[in-house]
Order: sequence, then C-alpha cells, then structure tokens
Amino acid sequence: MAEQLLSGAEIILKALKDQGVEVIFGYPGGAVLPIYDALFKQNDLRHILVRHEQAAVHAAEGYARSTGKVGCVLVTSGPGATNAVTGLTDALLDSIPLICISGQVPTHLIGNDAFQEADTTGITRSCTKHNYLVKDVANLARTLHEAFFVARSGRPGPVLIDIPKDVQFNEGAYVAPHEVRHKTYRPQVKPDLARVEEAIDLIAGAKRPVFYVGGGVVNSGPLASKLLTAFVRMTGYPCTNTLMGLGTFPASDPQFLGMLGMHGTYEANLAMHGCDVMIAVGARFDDRVTGKIADFAPGSKKIHIDIDPSSINKNVRVDVAVIGDAAHVLEDMIRLWKARQKRPDQAALGDWWSQINTWRKRDCLRYQKTDRIIKPQYALERLREAIRGVDHYITTEVGQHQMWAAQFLPFEQPNRWLTSGGLGTMGYGLPAAIGVQIAHPESLVVDVAGESSIMMNIQEMSTAVQYGAPVKVFILNNQYMGMVRQWQELLHGSRYSESQLTSLPDFIKLAEAFGAVGLRASKVSELDGVIREMIAIRRPVIVDVAVDPTENCFPMIPGGRAHNEMLLGPADRTEEATPEDGMVLV
Amino acid sequence: MPNDLTNKIEKHTIAVLVDNEPGVLARVIGLFSGRGYNIESLTVSEVDKENNLSRITVVTSGTRMIVEQIKAQLERLVPVHRVRDLTDDGPCIERELALVKVAGTGERRNEAMRIAGIFNARVVDATLSSFIFELTGTAEDLGDFIGLMSELGLVEISRTGVVAISRGAAGF
Ligand SMILES: Cc1ncc(C[n+]2csc(CCOP(=O)(O)OP(=O)(O)O)c2C)c(N)n1
Ligand SMILES: [Mg+2]
Repeated sequence: MAEQLLSGAEIILKALKDQGVEVIFGYPGGAVLPIYDALFKQNDLRHILVRHEQAAVHAAEGYARSTGKVGCVLVTSGPGATNAVTGLTDALLDSIPLICISGQVPTHLIGNDAFQEADTTGITRSCTKHNYLVKDVANLARTLHEAFFVARSGRPGPVLIDIPKDVQFNEGAYVAPHEVRHKTYRPQVKPDLARVEEAIDLIAGAKRPVFYVGGGVVNSGPLASKLLTAFVRMTGYPCTNTLMGLGTFPASDPQFLGMLGMHGTYEANLAMHGCDVMIAVGARFDDRVTGKIADFAPGSKKIHIDIDPSSINKNVRVDVAVIGDAAHVLEDMIRLWKARQKRPDQAALGDWWSQINTWRKRDCLRYQKTDRIIKPQYALERLREAIRGVDHYITTEVGQHQMWAAQFLPFEQPNRWLTSGGLGTMGYGLPAAIGVQIAHPESLVVDVAGESSIMMNIQEMSTAVQYGAPVKVFILNNQYMGMVRQWQELLHGSRYSESQLTSLPDFIKLAEAFGAVGLRASKVSELDGVIREMIAIRRPVIVDVAVDPTENCFPMIPGGRAHNEMLLGPADRTEEATPEDGMVLV
Repeated sequence: MPNDLTNKIEKHTIAVLVDNEPGVLARVIGLFSGRGYNIESLTVSEVDKENNLSRITVVTSGTRMIVEQIKAQLERLVPVHRVRDLTDDGPCIERELALVKVAGTGERRNEAMRIAGIFNARVVDATLSSFIFELTGTAEDLGDFIGLMSELGLVEISRTGVVAISRGAAGF
C-alpha cells in the first residue's frame, strides 16, 4: 500500500493534534508561512495571535501551568525566535512544559546570513531543555513526538524545534506518536523503595519536622497535591511552600506556615531554621529560599524528593535523596507509613507546635492600616475577600506586588497561582493571564501587576480584546519600581537611581484605547466598589489602584543572611543587617 | 551518595556515550561553561557507526559535590546514553597521543633522538634539521617528554587530550 504523503506543514499540525494540542500561541512571518497556510485550512487547532513573541511563550506557560498540558508556541525565524528567548528561559527555570516551533531559512541558505536567519538552536541551547533542527522532512513527525515526550517527562521544560521553510513544503510520511520511543531519555518516575523506607524512618523519628514543598508537586499533577496534603495531615507536621509551590497544600489548613524564603513568613523561615528533619518535596533549594547556605537549617537531616537527580546535592547536601515523581513517591510513602504503623512523637510535636505558635504570634505580615492611603497589602486583602468563593486564577508580574500577592492571597489548590519564580520576568503576568483565560474562559483571571512591569507587555491588551479574554489587570500603582526602590532604600542609601517611570500613561485611557475597560481607585473608600465592578465586567479590564509609594515588603531576609536574621518591618535596620559580601548578591 | 564533606579538589575522568548528532558537543561544552565547571581535557570521536554513537572523554576537576553535579547534569542531557566516572569506578587506562616537532642539528639533534628512544616515541617525519615524534602515554609521560624537548629545539606540539577505558572484562 502506498504511504500517504503529507507536506511538512501538514505533518506538524497532525503531530500537534495527535499530541493533544488544542491551542497554539504564535505570530507569523516568512519562514512559517507554510504552517500558517496549513492552519488556515483546518479547524481543529485554534491559533491565538499575540502581539509579541515573548508574550506567546508566556501565554503558553499560563495555558500549560493552569491545565497541566504542554503549551504550544509558533514563531518565525530570526526576530521571531530571538523574541521568544526570554519566555523560553522563563519556562526552563520554572520547569514549564512547552513546545516552541520556530521557522528557519531554507536548509540551503543556513549559514549564509540569510534574511531573518539566526542560529536559533545555538541561541536557545542553554534556555531550552532540549532543541532540534529538523533538516529532513522524513524525521519531522518523529522529532515532534519526541519533543513532546521530552517536554513533559521528568522535570518538564521548554523544547524548541527549528524547522527550515523547505522542510515545511517537502512531502514525507507521517508517523503516529505510539510508534516513537525515545532512545536515551527515560527519567526515573518510581522511587527506590529502600530510600522511601529510610525517609519514613527519619520522618517518624523527627522532633521538629517541617515539610518544604515546591513547584515540582504542581508539575506532577493534582494527584500529587492531594497525596501531599493527605501525608502532611497524617503526620500532623507543619508545611511551608515555596513561591512556585503555593496551592499544593491548602493555605487555610492550620498546618500551613505560609511561604518561606526571602519574603516568607517569620514562622516558616524559623521553622526551617530550627527543624531537625526537613522533608523537601519538589523544591530545589534555590538561593531565594536558603539565604546564606552555610547557616541554612543547621543541624537538620534533610530528605529531598525530586524527579531531577541533578537537583540533589546541588546547593545543599541532603541525607536521603528519593528520586522519582512526587505523586509516586508520596503514594509509596503513605503506603509504607501505614504498613509500618509509624507514629509521630506527639510530645515533641506538641512542643514544636507551641514554639511555632509563638512565632506566629509575631504576626509578621502585619502592616500599618490607615484610611488616608491605600496600602498595597490592604488592596490585596480586599481582592482576597472579593474573590473568595469565585473560581479564580492569579498571575503576577515581578516586584513587591508579586511578593505581597504571594503573602496575602490564599491558594487552596495547585495550578491556580502563576508567577515567574526562577527568572523573575517583568511582563510575564498579562500574557500568562491571557493563556489561562483561553484555557478557562469562564473563570476569573487576575494579573496582580505593578505599574512598571505592566508596561513590558502592555501590548497584549490588544490580544485580550481580540479574543474577548476578560482578563483583569489589577495594578498596584506605587509609582516606583517598588522592589528596586526598596533595595535602594535599604542597601544603597536611598539613592533612587532610575527606579521610577516618571511619565506613566493614564491607565484608564490606555485601557480604553485598547478597547478594554479602565477603572481607578485612589481612595480607600473607592476600593471595594472598583474591585466589585472589575469582577462584574465580562471584558478585559485594567484597574489602576493608587497605593502607598513608600511601602516596603516585609519580612525580608537581606542578601547573605540566614533565616533567623529576618527583618520584620521598617524599624529593623538593614545596613547593619546586610553583611558586605551580602551586598553583591542579587 | 557522596558523604565526603571536604572541599578537596579531585580530578576525574568521565566517559560519556552520546548520540552522534549535530550540536551534541556544543551541549556538553555549553554545560561546562554555563555552569562554571572546569574542562582540563575533552576528546570526542565516533565509536559505533551502526548505532551512531560517539564517546566523549572529559577530564574535569572539582569538589566531590561538583563532580557529582557534573555527572548528574550530563546524564540529564537528552542525547546522552550513559555517563561513567572512570576515576570512581575502579582502575582504568588513560592515554594521550602527542605529535612533537623538534628542530636542531648536531649534538642537540642526537640528544633529542636518544631521549625519544627512552620514551618509546616514534619518528614519523624527519628532515636534516627536524623530527616529528609521535608519543603515546599518560598525560604525565607526555608532559615529561615535552619538558625535555623544550631544551632541545621544541617547535610545536599537538596533543589529543585524554582517552580512557576501564580495566577488566566489563564494558561501558
Ligand atoms: C525584565 C526585567 N527587568 C528588570 C527586572 C528587575 N526588577 C525586579 S522588580 C522591578 C521593579 C518592578 O516594578 P513594578 O512592576 O512597578 O512592581 P513593584 O515592585 O513596584 O510592585 C525590576 C525593575 C526584572 N525583574 N525583569
Ligand atoms: Mg511599582
């Protein structure tokens, strides 16, 4: 039987469909015209036309992280691909599964400095989990399937496939996904049970335990969060989340200590510092979490559960490493915990909790309440009240507002909180929100933004309007790059060098110019009404909330300091608190 | 799991079996440069044409923790089949090849020839005023030989970098 031949472009779309893709975020150009032509001729795949390729990647990240599926991006060669680099790096650092297809100049022109040629695989080698240049249409389908496998397996990440234009035109045979098996890449999913036994022995013997849970549990899927929650409750131990892990353990649970790290809670950081057994699940001991490595949780035994062996012993040496997928490991842990009839040391645990409760009494997120000016924390508290019970997703930009959102908005489930953690990319929040909204058209999607960050991808309002994606941009407008200003105030003698955009647009008019709705709250008394209106409007909205420009984000662990050297408020002096070698840290 | 907490710098020879595809060497080198690891020597060549496999031998140095990291990071690369720490996995044979050009006449020329004999270096090219020696041995052997030749009219050196293989019957 003669094999049916398809063009490269058709093969690409067929492979995407077979891999379960429903939405592609992209932007056309000369080197991907055959793919766009094929898109035109079909109705199964939906294409969302963004306004900048960086935004296509962030939107795909939002789509991926809120659904658990692989996000899909399509960009042209040269500038299309280079514009995608920030998004790819963001996805790499936050382990978001993505496929990015980039067009390339025809194979015979590669290396000639052809029009819109860039060495895309060279440029993206270090910002993707893996990348491919497909020079022969015969390898196209197999490569695409392999790319999806790599993107979603093990520690997920972005995979780029660079496809020259002639390969998109050439005809070849299609290969179905199940016919492709990867030769080398087979990450370990099931743990070594001996390690799990060691871990539960250590956990059961703990006197001052703490669970330290990160985004790996989100990546593993909703089951992992359920199992984690069950296991934490079974033990009665305290649990803290990283920025990326928020939602994996319900914020309303009395065993939850809040977020840890540089702007984490007093109780979470002190519990980490004082613990005797730390159970790290899908977390990677990032410098924002550990503070000064030498003084990180001194005297603790550490268990590290992670799917990525290279995360083990990278920053912090651990005592028991359990390599595997979080859900699999937690399932085994629960099973063995029950089978071995493990019981925590209740007396010790009681003492530990009473210690933790005295830390909690410091009420570290307290701020100066006033009705003279809107405090950013207050704005988030009001947002929190307004969205309670509403099906919602939160994205953020990067800065103080991001940290306040992490501190003040409670997450009960995974996949509901989307923020640029590893790369800290200003401009992430709006396109990510659009990606979330495309996947969840009926849900409330709010981008908690800063007035500076939002300017980095503001053009995406136009995308939101085009697709009727009713995202809400909730700007905490402090008229400063607040996080930069805070560091300058605390570490650089209040010399506010270039940390202010002195001519900001009128956000209401800007929203209107895009065809969206603009709202403003300048007084405390206006806030609740504006939030209510924002939620009620079924169109994209920008809300400009004028907040206190001088507010700083606390608690804060200054660079180079340990968890027990936290600043709790403006009264704590930072110059003394920051050792000289800490100044160089970012 | 390594339990050695010292910051002692160790030298390790690591063999990496990879798919022989474009960019694979760039990936390995990029990993070392991007993460600030040392490369003391790196060699690569196809070893299995049928299965399209190449073998990379890297000599690197770092603390125990860093060497473990290097291996884990290498293992994570998609085209990598296997990573083996030859230094840790028992005795291995390490060899390097050098081509050494020496120019001179008279007594210096005779002396160069005599030393080459002691080192079992082969003469692969000769003119009335020069030799090219080929020498295979450990990196130290080559270093010693080159050190002596530098007194005797050394002109140019080309070295391959280390290749290594474990002793005994077991394969990679
Ligand atoms: C693309 C990018 N450039 C620069 C930075 C450095 N940076 C971190 S926070 C910040 C200020 C953000 O200001 P704004 O969006 O107003 O948020 P705020 O801190 O005021 O809440 C800057 C410039 C960054 N994170 N990302
Ligand atoms: Mg600001």
